[in-house]
Amino acid sequence: MTALCTRQKLEILADAAKYDASCASSGTAKRDSASGRKGGIGSTEGMGICHAYAPDGRCISLLKILLTNSCIFDCHYCINRRSSDVRRARFTVREVVDLTLNFYRRNYIEGLFLSSGIIRSSDYTMEQLVAVARSLREEHDFRGYIHLKTIPDADPELAHQAGLYADRLSINIELPTEQGLRKLAPEKDKRRIEAAMAGMRDAIEDGADASRRYAHAPRFAPAGQSTQMIVGADQADDRAIIRQASSLYGRHKLRRVYYSAFSPIASPSSVLPLKRPPLMREHRLYQSDWMMRFYGYSAQELESATDPETGCLPLDIDPKLAWALRHRDVFPVDINRAPREALLRVPGLGVKAVERIISSRRHRRLRLDDIARLTRSIAKLRPFLIASDWRPVQLADRLDLQRRPASPDAQYELFR
Amino acid sequence: MYRARLNGPDDFDGWRQAARTFALAGTAPADIVWQCGDADDLFATDEPPPPAEAAAFFVPRTFVELAETAILHRDPERFALLYALLIQSRDRPASLEDRADPLVRRVEGLAKAVRRDLHKMRAFVRFRELATPDGPRFVAWFEPEHHIVRANAGFFVRRFASMRWSILTPEISIHWDGETLSEGPGATCQDASENDPVEQIWKGYYAAIFNPARLKIGAMLSEMPRKYWRNLPEAALIPELVAGAQAREAAMIATPPTPARPKITHHGNAATAWHALREEAMGCTRCPLHRDTTQTVFGEGPVDARLMFIGEQPGDQEDLAGRPFVGPAGRLFDQALEEAGIDRGRTYVTNAVKHFKHERRGKRRIHQTPETPDIQACRWWLTQELELIQPRIIVALGATAGRALLGKAVTINRLRGAPIALENKVQGWITVHPSYLLRVPDEAHKVEERTRFVKELRHIGEQLKALT
Repeated sequence: MTALCTRQKLEILADAAKYDASCASSGTAKRDSASGRKGGIGSTEGMGICHAYAPDGRCISLLKILLTNSCIFDCHYCINRRSSDVRRARFTVREVVDLTLNFYRRNYIEGLFLSSGIIRSSDYTMEQLVAVARSLREEHDFRGYIHLKTIPDADPELAHQAGLYADRLSINIELPTEQGLRKLAPEKDKRRIEAAMAGMRDAIEDGADASRRYAHAPRFAPAGQSTQMIVGADQADDRAIIRQASSLYGRHKLRRVYYSAFSPIASPSSVLPLKRPPLMREHRLYQSDWMMRFYGYSAQELESATDPETGCLPLDIDPKLAWALRHRDVFPVDINRAPREALLRVPGLGVKAVERIISSRRHRRLRLDDIARLTRSIAKLRPFLIASDWRPVQLADRLDLQRRPASPDAQYELFR
Repeated sequence: MYRARLNGPDDFDGWRQAARTFALAGTAPADIVWQCGDADDLFATDEPPPPAEAAAFFVPRTFVELAETAILHRDPERFALLYALLIQSRDRPASLEDRADPLVRRVEGLAKAVRRDLHKMRAFVRFRELATPDGPRFVAWFEPEHHIVRANAGFFVRRFASMRWSILTPEISIHWDGETLSEGPGATCQDASENDPVEQIWKGYYAAIFNPARLKIGAMLSEMPRKYWRNLPEAALIPELVAGAQAREAAMIATPPTPARPKITHHGNAATAWHALREEAMGCTRCPLHRDTTQTVFGEGPVDARLMFIGEQPGDQEDLAGRPFVGPAGRLFDQALEEAGIDRGRTYVTNAVKHFKHERRGKRRIHQTPETPDIQACRWWLTQELELIQPRIIVALGATAGRALLGKAVTINRLRGAPIALENKVQGWITVHPSYLLRVPDEAHKVEERTRFVKELRHIGEQLKALT
């Protein structure tokens, strides 16, 4: 086999990394290269920036690559598993560092998201990941964003070093249930993964605590930790996924749980036959995630929005509407009087629209056309609210309520 | 009609000064013509406005922030709209909060468009490296929608402070030499450098990171509209990637699967029976407690320990750490052992129940006392631990541990302070759980109880010495 050039390696190792959904570059500490020591490059200003979008609609914010796609594990959903016959490649630490800096200087990226297949041992692999981050931060004074994937079995000391260089750390929970993990990733262990997450949470909290007390305390992973679950590879229903996500948010203080629809891979495993990815299901799970994080729904409440038979969220309507249709007694909500929590539950009202409504209603009694100016679509909202000139007497009990606000699905099919 | 001259399309200071003068003079919004540069208006005069009627006035801080952003919009009406809003917020300062007000809404709309344009410029500027006699210079060509370039310069300075760079746009160009920012006239796309080999690598990355099985063109277009494509090198690949996507996905699904290979077994030091037991316990699902916990918290200590302590169950901190006795009660226990002269490193510590039984209240997990079925289910592990370690003395801390050890309900105060003969000449002791010492409300009583606990431990330590 001939030696690969950097560009060929990049294509192999980016192709191998694309199944990780996370690409966020937001929520970290503010830094820039104009202040402090001279000669550095890069900045982070709180808001993430997406420098490009691929035709799959995903944002490209970070240079997302693996250090190597060789792996001693045989996880059936993964393109890099031992038994897959994809072409293997491996970057040196230096190559990754140069590539990151070259892309960053041209304003292509916000930083680096580095992960790796496991080679030799967990500790050895983790050492290599840390070496890249160390070189970027210490030798090149890089002040952009770094996200490192952490290997659960690696020495906690290595994970600690990773946290000192990286903005975000993540460990993938991989599958929502333990049975799924046992079947599809026989060499991974849910307990060890979760124990590593718990250790990470401790370290992050200790770090945050130290920075509050001492101005010069080193920052430990200021953008926190996140994880990813594959949806549609095992038998878990949405209820189990929501419960798992809520439990992870509660126990490990995760910033984000990413859901990744299981997508066909180039060299499939016999255990896991390929089909089209359940993209709509993934979308509904993200919506339910938002409902938990920003709209005040608990996991139990969301479970009541799932279909009692299949345990999944409906695909044709969004989970907030599904919840509202199961709890019609809560509606209509008086837009001029209801508390924020009640407004947030109106299907079609987002967090910003609710802020605008609350700010405006101090100055006027809101009529339907005022609300139309403050929101995206009044047609979807009307059945669920009372305004000073509107009361949905008949609509609330109409049996076809579910059909009315649902958008025609033909539009969606076009882009599949 | 009065004329107000501004120095440029983004001259906020000029606008602010003129607007203040007009507002103090009580000039109506309709009587002012706002002009940038030297263009002439047929009906306007350069006459100064009438002298001030009032001395000063105030508007909310939020107005200034909104106006600074909205003034960068390319809409020629923006100066007049902002002046009208200024008069309105002077007369009714709270009206800015009324987001349903049509004028507020209109100006907010301008500001929103400007903020989006600022953000898109930060995202879509693409530098090309140019070799110059004084070293490399990075040059970009960009076409913003609004007059945002000056306002955005700070971002690029903060980010690329150590680089020398230029951003060329049709209206203005900005240059950074590593020390100072300078401005030049507008440019054309021919002025930007042509080729940069790294661009090819970037295009390779863009094509490789795209997943053809998840084509979502609409999502891409809403965030990266076509108007930006002509200045993005990677956008040239989009038509080709979209066209080939379905075929690539179908080919992947049609590939015959490869069989899994057998699991790698880790050879090396023969794992002790204890390690095997622990490994097995880590996946324990004998009772429902495992569902909402992080991990099994198995016992800890040397396998040849002669003294063994049994606690109740792991707490919140133990559950996260995966080790017994690391929380507040554990720290107290360590101190007590030290005072009693017992080496913790030579004792084995475990719990009657190996998972954290709790109740979730909001974000907190509140401890719940394990019940008989929980203890029964976990006895499977405790019995095996006892068999493996074979301690000479076993100390049960608290009622739950006592129940697990003796198999029946115990009253601590009745059994405490005297050894209990167990099978195989093993000595059993029962005392309080260290967490009890943390909960005693009365300070004096607390000290008394603690002293008693340490005294008991010391006595047990002496017994152990006598036995061996």
